[in-house]
Amino acid sequence: MRISAKGLHYRTLNEKIHHLVDSGAKSLHVTHVNGQRYIGGGLQGDIRLTLEGVPGNDLAAFMDGPRIRVKGNAQDGVANTMNAGEVIIDGNAGDVLGYGMRGGRVFIRGSVGYRVGIHMKSFEKQVPVMVVGGSARDFLGEYQAGGIILVLGLGLAPGEPIAGYMVGTGMHGGVMYVRGKVEDWQIGREVKIFELDEADYKTMRPHLRAFARAFRLDLDEIMAEPFLKMIPYSKRPYGRIYAY
Amino acid sequence: MRFSYLEPEFLVERNLERCIRCQVCVRQCAFEAHRYDAASDVVTVDSSRCVGCLRCVTMCPTDALIVRQNPTTFKENANWTGRVIKNIYKQAETGGVLLTGMGNDRPYPIYWDHMVLNASQVTNPSIDPLREPMELKTYLGRKPERLDVSVKDGKISLNTKLAPQLELRMPVVFSALSYGAISFNASKALASAAYEFGTYYNTGEGGLHRDLYRYGERTIVQCASGRFGVHKDYLQAAAAIEIKIGQGAKPGIGGHLPGEKVSREVSRTRMIPEGSDALSPAPHHDIYSIEDLRQLIYALKEATRYEKPVSVKIAAVHNSAAIASGMVRAGADIIALDGIRGGTGAAPTTIRDNVGIPIELAIASVDQRLREEGIRHQASILAAGGFRSSSDVIKAIALGADAVYIGTSALVAMGCHLCQICYTGKCNWGIATQDPYLEKRLNPEIAKERLMNLLRAWEHEIKEMLGGMGINAIESLRGNRLHLRGVGLTDSELEILGILPAGR
Repeated sequence: MRISAKGLHYRTLNEKIHHLVDSGAKSLHVTHVNGQRYIGGGLQGDIRLTLEGVPGNDLAAFMDGPRIRVKGNAQDGVANTMNAGEVIIDGNAGDVLGYGMRGGRVFIRGSVGYRVGIHMKSFEKQVPVMVVGGSARDFLGEYQAGGIILVLGLGLAPGEPIAGYMVGTGMHGGVMYVRGKVEDWQIGREVKIFELDEADYKTMRPHLRAFARAFRLDLDEIMAEPFLKMIPYSKRPYGRIYAY
Repeated sequence: MRFSYLEPEFLVERNLERCIRCQVCVRQCAFEAHRYDAASDVVTVDSSRCVGCLRCVTMCPTDALIVRQNPTTFKENANWTGRVIKNIYKQAETGGVLLTGMGNDRPYPIYWDHMVLNASQVTNPSIDPLREPMELKTYLGRKPERLDVSVKDGKISLNTKLAPQLELRMPVVFSALSYGAISFNASKALASAAYEFGTYYNTGEGGLHRDLYRYGERTIVQCASGRFGVHKDYLQAAAAIEIKIGQGAKPGIGGHLPGEKVSREVSRTRMIPEGSDALSPAPHHDIYSIEDLRQLIYALKEATRYEKPVSVKIAAVHNSAAIASGMVRAGADIIALDGIRGGTGAAPTTIRDNVGIPIELAIASVDQRLREEGIRHQASILAAGGFRSSSDVIKAIALGADAVYIGTSALVAMGCHLCQICYTGKCNWGIATQDPYLEKRLNPEIAKERLMNLLRAWEHEIKEMLGGMGINAIESLRGNRLHLRGVGLTDSELEILGILPAGR
């Protein structure tokens, strides 16, 4: 079903989406999206949303199951505390992407802003996955407690950094894979840079395959460049700071 | 164990004539202060292990035990007190941050004890709550600007759509105590007591255990920076959602549940791996401004389709009034303020004891500011931080709060003896622990009854005090500061509290 978001306040638009979903709609195509916030917020079930334009902040916040495709850029707070589902963004995304995200996956074709993947966590079978096609800015994966963050650095200009600094500060779970160079001065004290082993490639491959398929990219080309891995030293980075 | 300069804080004395060597004390003490030597049939004591929780004293069938403060003192010194010296020893021995539990225990002024209530004499009759109706019912949430009412054929109908409200039998709510910090039995007791009594309890940031979903309509769930256990069903199950920005016991810092407390059940409820530290960052990383706070408030409202009030909890700090104004404008339906005496399961001692302001001053200044700006009706004020009795509660209402949160009082009702070692996870009273052996000491049914008894007792006392003032509804007392007078307060304290000195 097609609906137009033209001139609609987010509250009206989202109520419309909720209403359609409540009455059984499984697939919605929303055109003229222009900054409306909270699209897909708290939405549950097997639903597909295609958004044309630029959705506003907190896209897919607290979302639990639906799949969203954004034909355009996204703003800040995408997949905030998302529990399950999928968000695929054809363009770039802003800051605080995937904050506290616990499951599902987020694919960004382009680059992302600051504080991305903060406090992402995994739980039992829920392992959130975030793949960023371009680069990420400072504080990537801060406090990361679980899940997988992949940054690919596709289409970066020569010398353009793939990540900012303070990468993985306070990280205590999960893993980050970066297809490119990250120097020691860029990372937090709680993480260490490693080379990949077979198991890592096995972990990455299905997500990269899905990413390549989503954006019609060549998987072999992506896999051809060297990756590095960042994991935390300890599940308990602050276990010993207290007296007694 | 390495040699320590620390003298035992308590001395445990056993009356050998009374002791029957039943070893109850040995089994009751998780800190292993009591030991039984089978070979010689004696129970021995290591006072250095005693935390002063009095569990052994309470359980001893023959009253053979006395625990008292160790009378040994350092040479008298007004600057270098025993407390200061011992803290330095501890830090010199470990190089660590001093950790503590429960609320601030320093002798800051308690303004409740410097405010007295009024009573009717001669000119305005007092009311007897035993024989006349008395209304304590309290609604928390955004109130409308105006009511649009239409009358048709003598029937009145309300056209204004009211914002969602919490309905309290009386203005006392159980404060945020997270599962993980407290045991499941303690959580269950709070949930079931709130449910049966007709008030609310707050999950804290530890998620909602699946067995407690049935109390959902009496539950306030928290969304804190770590987002533990926050998902759609959790938000949907609750009566209200609280964004936790800060806490009175540790303003400005985050939380940290140590890995050893993240048991299987805690892990499932918080939705994090077993045994890993649960780190709550100090800030929400998506909130750097009032506008960002608005974004999260509305993200939660959107996710629950505007069916639930959203509360925002902050620690009471110097500029609380200005922040509260911003919070109301950001869309908060409830402003929760937690004062410097607010409790915690674990906080660095230096933060707990030195950061924040007393709740009395925060209530007065926030209420005043919101009134001046004409937005007081847009949010309710829920005050927290060391409410010890019904008189503290009623004074807070007169000062301008809509209701109060009680945490420590509720724990004490369940058996807490305020030994302040919650962070060890070895609570002998079965409250602040995840150890199954210790946890089962707290019977959730009995604890629920004790909590409900406390609420009933306070309810009656509040009615008596209200009646004494000639008031028959708590609504009429809210922000009615003429019913308060100050005793022993400075002019500036009186001015901030907005009350007159007694005698004037």
